[in-house]
Parts: sequence; C-alpha cells; structure tokens
Amino acid sequence: MSNLTISDLHVTVETPEGPKQILRGVDLSINSGETHAIMGPNGSGKSTLAYSIAGHPKYEVTSGSVTLDGEEVLEMSVDERARAGLFLAMQYPVEVAGVSVSNFLRTAKTAIDGKAPALRHWVADVRESMDALRIDPSFAERNVNEGFSGGEKKRHEILQMELLKPTFAILDETDSGLDVDALRIVSEGVNRAKENTGLGVLLITHYTRILRYVKPDFVHVFVDGKVAEEGGPELAERLEAEGYDRFLAKA
Amino acid sequence: MTIDNPVLSTDHSQASADEAHSHGGPAAAGASYADRFASTDPAAFEAPTGREEEWRFTPLRRLRGLQEDAAIDGSGIQVEISAPEGVVVEQRPVEASDRGISGYVPIDRVSARVWASTAEVTVVDVPAEAEIAEPVFLTVTGQGEDTATAGHTLIRVGAHARATVVTFFEGSATFAENVEIVVGDGAALTVVSYQDWARDAVHHSNAHAVIGRDAELKHVSISFGGDLVRHDTTAVYQGPGGGVELLGLYFADAGQHIEHRLFVDHNEPKTRSNVLYKGALQGQDAHAVWIGNVLIRPEAEGIDTYELNRNLVLTDGARADSVPNLEIETGEIEGAGHASATGRFDDEQLFYLRSRGVPEEAARRLVLRGFFAEMINKIGVPAVGERMLAAIEAELEVAMSGELGVEA
Ligand SMILES: Nc1ncnc2c1ncn2[C@@H]1O[C@H](COP(=O)(O)OP(=O)(O)O)[C@@H](O)[C@H]1O
Ligand SMILES: [Mg+2]
Repeated sequence: MSNLTISDLHVTVETPEGPKQILRGVDLSINSGETHAIMGPNGSGKSTLAYSIAGHPKYEVTSGSVTLDGEEVLEMSVDERARAGLFLAMQYPVEVAGVSVSNFLRTAKTAIDGKAPALRHWVADVRESMDALRIDPSFAERNVNEGFSGGEKKRHEILQMELLKPTFAILDETDSGLDVDALRIVSEGVNRAKENTGLGVLLITHYTRILRYVKPDFVHVFVDGKVAEEGGPELAERLEAEGYDRFLAKA
Repeated sequence: MTIDNPVLSTDHSQASADEAHSHGGPAAAGASYADRFASTDPAAFEAPTGREEEWRFTPLRRLRGLQEDAAIDGSGIQVEISAPEGVVVEQRPVEASDRGISGYVPIDRVSARVWASTAEVTVVDVPAEAEIAEPVFLTVTGQGEDTATAGHTLIRVGAHARATVVTFFEGSATFAENVEIVVGDGAALTVVSYQDWARDAVHHSNAHAVIGRDAELKHVSISFGGDLVRHDTTAVYQGPGGGVELLGLYFADAGQHIEHRLFVDHNEPKTRSNVLYKGALQGQDAHAVWIGNVLIRPEAEGIDTYELNRNLVLTDGARADSVPNLEIETGEIEGAGHASATGRFDDEQLFYLRSRGVPEEAARRLVLRGFFAEMINKIGVPAVGERMLAAIEAELEVAMSGELGVEA
C-alpha cells in the first residue's frame, strides 16, 4: 500500500509581468487502488497541479510538500519522480521528431526498471496493450506523437501508463476530445491498470462523462487554485446537474 | 497556377533562441546572385577584406592566405579511388579533361586561384544509360603539408544513367577545390561530400552542378571535422523538368567554422529544388553559417522550391547564422517557400521524456539522434549513413561529457 500526500501546495508561474500565484494551498491524500476525481472549471489550476507534481520546470513551488510514502517528491528531479512511481498523462502530449514509439517505450521501460526488459515478453506486452487500446501496430514505427490525432495521442499516453506500471498516475483531461468509443477504450485501459497493479489514479477532468466508466472513490472540486469542496461520487452527480456556477459565485 | 502569396512563406516560429538569426529578403538591387561576377582570372578579383557580403561571415585570417597570394601548388593530398565496373575514374591533365564543360566559371578569388593552379582533374565518367548500383568512393586524405593543395573534380553522368559518387575527406590539409557536376538528361545522380577532416584542416570548395532535362541530382554535404570549411554550391538547369535536392548535415564543435553557401538558379520552367540543411553546434566559438539563395527567373514558370535550415545550439558560446534568400521574378510558380529555425533543446520535449523516467542526458541524446534521423533516411546511402551515425555518437560523447557546460 502506497500513499501520495499533497500538503498546503503553493505554486507560481513566471509571466512577463512577474510571478503569478496559481495554486493557493492544495491538500490531498491518495492511497494505492483509489481513484480521486479532480474537477474544476478551466483555468482553476488543475494542469498546474499535475505539472507541479511531475516537476515541470515552468512551475515554481513556493511552499508546501508532496510526499510519496513519506519521501519528499519535490526534492526529486523529473526523471527521479517517474522512477519513484509517478506518471503524468499529459493534456497536450509532446511530439518528438525522429524517435519512434517503440524506441521511446523501450527506453522509458529500461529507465524505469533500471534494466532492459526481456525482449520476448516486452514485445508481447507492447503488442497486447496496443491491441487492447486499438492502436494500429504501424504506430510502433512512427515518431512519438507526430501526426497523431488528439485521440491517438491520448491512447498513446495510456499505453505508456499500462507498460510503465506506475504506482500513481495523474491523468490530465485524458478524456477531453475523445469520442464515446475512444473514451470507453481509454477507460478500460485505466481500469485494467487499477486491477492489475493497484494503481492509484488522480483523474483530472472537466466533465463527468468519464466517471461513468472510471468510478471515483472521492471527488475534489478545484476552484481558483485550491480544493473548494470534496466528497464521494455523489458530488460528481451534483456537479453534473448544477455545473460549477455555485463555486464560481462564491470564489 | 499562380500562387496566392507570390513572395515567400517563412516560418520563424522556432527561432526563439538568443542566437543570431538573420533573415535576408530579396537581395538588394545589383547584389542579385544572377549578376554574380565570375572569371577564371584571379587578378579580376580583389582580395576580400571581410566586408563583402559573400565574405562577411568567414574568418579570413584562418583561410591561410588562400584569398590573397599564398601558394596553392602543394601536393598534400592523396586520392584513393574505388569505382565499380562501368564507371571510369581517372586523373587527367587539365588540357585533356573537359574542364569547364558544366559552364562553371570561378566566382571568387580563391576558386579563380585554384583554377589557375590546377594541373590535374579527377574525372568521374558514367556512360549514358549505365545503371551503377554501387557507389563510387573517392577517399581524399590530407598528408599534413603546410602548402595549400588545389583540386578539380568533374563528375559527368550521361543521359538516363544512375550513379552515386561519395567523397570522404580525411586527414590534415589546406585544400581548395572546384567541383563540376554534369547530370545528363533523364539521369539520376547522388553526390556526397563528407568532411571528416582532422581538426586543423581548411577546406574551401566551389561546386557547380548542371542538371539536364528531367534529371535528378541529390547533393549531400556532411561536415564534422576541419577548422574552417567553406563550401559554395550552385545548381543550374539545362532544360525543363529537372530536380535538385540539396541536403546537409553538420556538427560544429568549439572553434570550428562551417559555412555552406547555396545557390539554386531556377533558369528553366518546371524545375524543382528542395533544400534541407540541419546542424548542431556545441562549444565556445563553434560557428555555422548557412546562406540559401534561390533565384526564380522570369522564364522559370511552374517551378517548385522549398528550403529549410535548422540549427540546434547545444551550448552557450556557439553561434549559427542562417540566411535564406528567395528572389522571385515570375508569379507563375507552383510553390516557393523557405524556413530557418535556430533553437536550443526544446524544454517540453526534454520534460516529456524525463517524465517517463529517462535521465536528462539520455533524453538529450534521444532528441539529438531524432533531430538527425530524417537526414540519414533522406541521404539513402548506407555506407554514408553508418559512418554518420558513428560520428554523431562520437559528437554526443563530447556533448555529454559535461566539459562543454551543457545547461542543466
Ligand atoms: N505559463 C503560464 N503563464 C501564464 N499563466 C499561466 C501559465 N500556465 C498557466 N497559467 C495560468 O494559470 C491558470 C491555471 O492554468 P491551468 O493550470 O492550465 O488550469 P486548468 O488546467 O484548470 O485549466 C490559468 O489562469 C492560466 O492562464
Ligand atoms: Mg488543464
């Protein structure tokens, strides 16, 4: 059983007008196997939270802490965080020219495990995951994210998650821009990882739609850089019915 | 077809680094490449001072007097020839060599002095309709002599023939050469000039290619070694329908000056040109210069041209100058565009790779290899690709050794 705890996290981003405060004291704790939905309006700081946990250099943590089983994550480099068991499925995955998906996956797997995967098993695992995510085998030889559609990029993120087997995954609007079929395929991938590896999931989303497929244990409403309200799955249903207006009026 | 935007399409979206990125529009009146002065008489050229447009980037002091009066009568070069059956490769006296058959006339003082000093021409002759699968390899090895050596190479491919000619430059030398390339009607030729010089070499080269009707030339310039490498490559057409692909890859280390000047003269209708030069720079005073001139003459209707230069600046203290120039004298063209981008490592790419557990150094390697990967595919000559991969790996060792102060 692992635990990821975010305490009183304050984060700024550098802008031409100087540092801008985005996160204003985020508290959240998640255990292995749990799924926490983080819902909130655009611009409320959800991606900032995700990037800050992953260690993106653009975001500066001014106070607070993020611990993984008691270890301070904020003191780790970006790649150390990944090797410690954190994974971020990005809202806008990045193209890497000249690097094939298969090379990228193998390089990442080797880095995470500290040794190259046994070739025969690895090839079979990759093929199986690609199949399950309905990713055409030809994608293995394509350059990472180059010319992928929005939905293909998202499925490729989940493919990585499935193969790298993190302890906690942050999914930043992985559901945005997916049609119903793709949403179902991606959700099945998340559920498989939960079942197989006891993955803990921070599911960042703007909509409640994905929560029909990936059942959250907890829901946190994110407004203006912090958690404004939290509860069980019923909170998501309320948001579905009422929208975010109630929180925005208060903020 | 008339294009909507008859001037140029430019993509500067990635020219974000602090490095110099100059951008020339159409050249000033009178400075057009069309009116370039040419003569076989060295005395017809003033010795350059460095203020001239075509010399302003070159560190003249390191040209060892080639641009003035230093002797170019050395014999510090050895040429090893490996030619498949069906190709004739010979060193001939100038008088018996058809020198000048491409229409080439020296365009600067150095090349005119080379012309005057040349005694022998290396002639590569591929007869009409010969299809030569294996490349011709010329290995030019500098013998470390102080006196400069002159060279002249004539590569001539007959109508409907196919061939590949690769020259490797190795060792230590001051070498100034002129190269003529004649591609017959309907022929297809790949020419690779691979600079793998020792660190102290100086290499000045003028190449002049004439592309026949419906012929294809792929010209590849690869530069790793040398102290000063300055290449001027010109392509002109003889008949409609020809195509030229100018590819370049270079890696400039501390103190190296690598300069490529290109001129595609669209003087015939329905001709095509595609220029792609990619370089990486690392270390104090590593300097790359790329000048890409394309002229579309009034008679060159229906042509299509695109040129792109990309530089990856890996450390502080390195400098890339990149100047695409497009002169368009007819509105009746298929397409004309250029782009130039000089940048650092893309932080978002590095973050993405590192967020998957890949350590920073390995992530940089992946990005760099990826940057050059498409070139290896485009060049399409396996022996050259393998050598390039190995050279890139060696450069990466330098980049990753940390001695160069690669930013964290
Ligand atoms: N690099 C940046 N420069 C300036 N403002 C930024 C930057 N990144 C994020 N922001 C601002 O921070 C706020 C939160 O953004 P974000 O975390 O992307 O929100 P969300 O993911 O909830 O839509 C927004 O107001 C956004 O404009
Ligand atoms: Mg977001």
